[in-house]
Amino acid sequence: MFDVVFRNFGFLMGGLWVTVKLSIFALVGGIFLGMLVGLARLSKKPWVYYPITGYVNFLRNVPLILVIFWFYFVMPILVGQAIDPFPSAVISFIVFEATYFGEIFRAGYQTISRDLINASYSTGLTYAQTARYISIPIAFRRMLPSLITQSIVTFQDTSLAFVIGLPELVRRASIVDNLEVRSIQLFGFAAMVYFIFCYVGSRSSRHFEEKSRKANIL
Amino acid sequence: MGLAYEFDWSVLWRQPYGIWLIKGLGLTIMIGIIAWVIALSLGIFVGTLRVTPYRGLRFLGTAYVEILRNIPLLVQLFFWFYAGPMIFGETISRQINQISGLNIYVAIVGLGLYTSSRVAEHVRAGFASIHRDQYQAVLSTGMNQAQMYCHVIIPYSLRLIIPPLTTEFLTIFKNTSVAMTIGVAELTFQSYRIDADTFHGLEATSGAMIVYLLLGLTVVRCMGLVEKKFKIPGLVGR
Repeated sequence: MFDVVFRNFGFLMGGLWVTVKLSIFALVGGIFLGMLVGLARLSKKPWVYYPITGYVNFLRNVPLILVIFWFYFVMPILVGQAIDPFPSAVISFIVFEATYFGEIFRAGYQTISRDLINASYSTGLTYAQTARYISIPIAFRRMLPSLITQSIVTFQDTSLAFVIGLPELVRRASIVDNLEVRSIQLFGFAAMVYFIFCYVGSRSSRHFEEKSRKANIL
Repeated sequence: MGLAYEFDWSVLWRQPYGIWLIKGLGLTIMIGIIAWVIALSLGIFVGTLRVTPYRGLRFLGTAYVEILRNIPLLVQLFFWFYAGPMIFGETISRQINQISGLNIYVAIVGLGLYTSSRVAEHVRAGFASIHRDQYQAVLSTGMNQAQMYCHVIIPYSLRLIIPPLTTEFLTIFKNTSVAMTIGVAELTFQSYRIDADTFHGLEATSGAMIVYLLLGLTVVRCMGLVEKKFKIPGLVGR
């Protein structure tokens, strides 16, 4: 019954590889930019705070598909020649997901209280040591579940690069479907692949959440 | 630098493009609102299933949420649109595919189902935030389980979770854009169509972004009123 999947297995897995590659670029770039955005959102300098806050609030209120299109239209103008869907998709995902990661980092930074920092200084630790041994580990532990959840969302979001013709998993499933008209098997298969990845991810997120909850009680 | 691009912002209002965008916005709002009604009613139902004392019902609720949350909306819409009719066999499938506006119905139901799983999570969190004593107090007045949920727990927790539901309501309008992939002529679809017609997709998508932004601001304003009206007296910080 699933013969159509087996016959095109290599082609479909190639699509999964594009999906994974795009996710990795989007996550590495998005998390790194997100850290900076999170810092800027807590900045006391108005010329840092307001532009970045505007950028975050703007992108969080528009659909990702539109952002993907927008970059796909704007890149050729900036570069001066036609551009592949992949780099264009990578840039749109980094810029878009960084606003979501930025809010997670901002919340994470904020959970570190002044008292904790002062207590750490009073034991004789320097600024760098406080960051290395106290504030970063604690903030990281608190942010981890949200970071994993947002990573799962990003992984699912990469399917939207479909709209600019990126040959990722869903695009390839639909190419095969156009030839063979076996939608139940093909889209069922794509759904299953996403489900396995995301379910494992969401379980691990819950695991870390429980763990940090228990640690906070002690 | 190849900045030889000439901007033509008139694609936002010039005929027929202005009308396309307005029609697209109308469809976006319509799909968003109907899908929201589905999402809210199903979400409350499933969220309640997940806290009932019956193991089988809890399992059903959890499975529903996990499946819908862990598959991208795009894949879900494709599945319902292309594979959905095939499930009923060839003859019925052909009849279903002849329904005009089928893609719009699929978009509404698909988006409603997808969002209902997220609403269910918030509803469950709302139930969890109600203290055990309150459940017992309700039961001690002589209500049974069903009455307790209908008259006390659900109305109370809904009022508690208005802020996260506002976020979901905003998200549903953004997510209507995914419906363009099954050919629904909503706002994003129309801005892309303008690009195909004029090669001025940059202006069209920029304009559409502003429209989404304004739509979002309107929703936030409305939900602010709702929140004010239904806020629970005596609770601070809300």
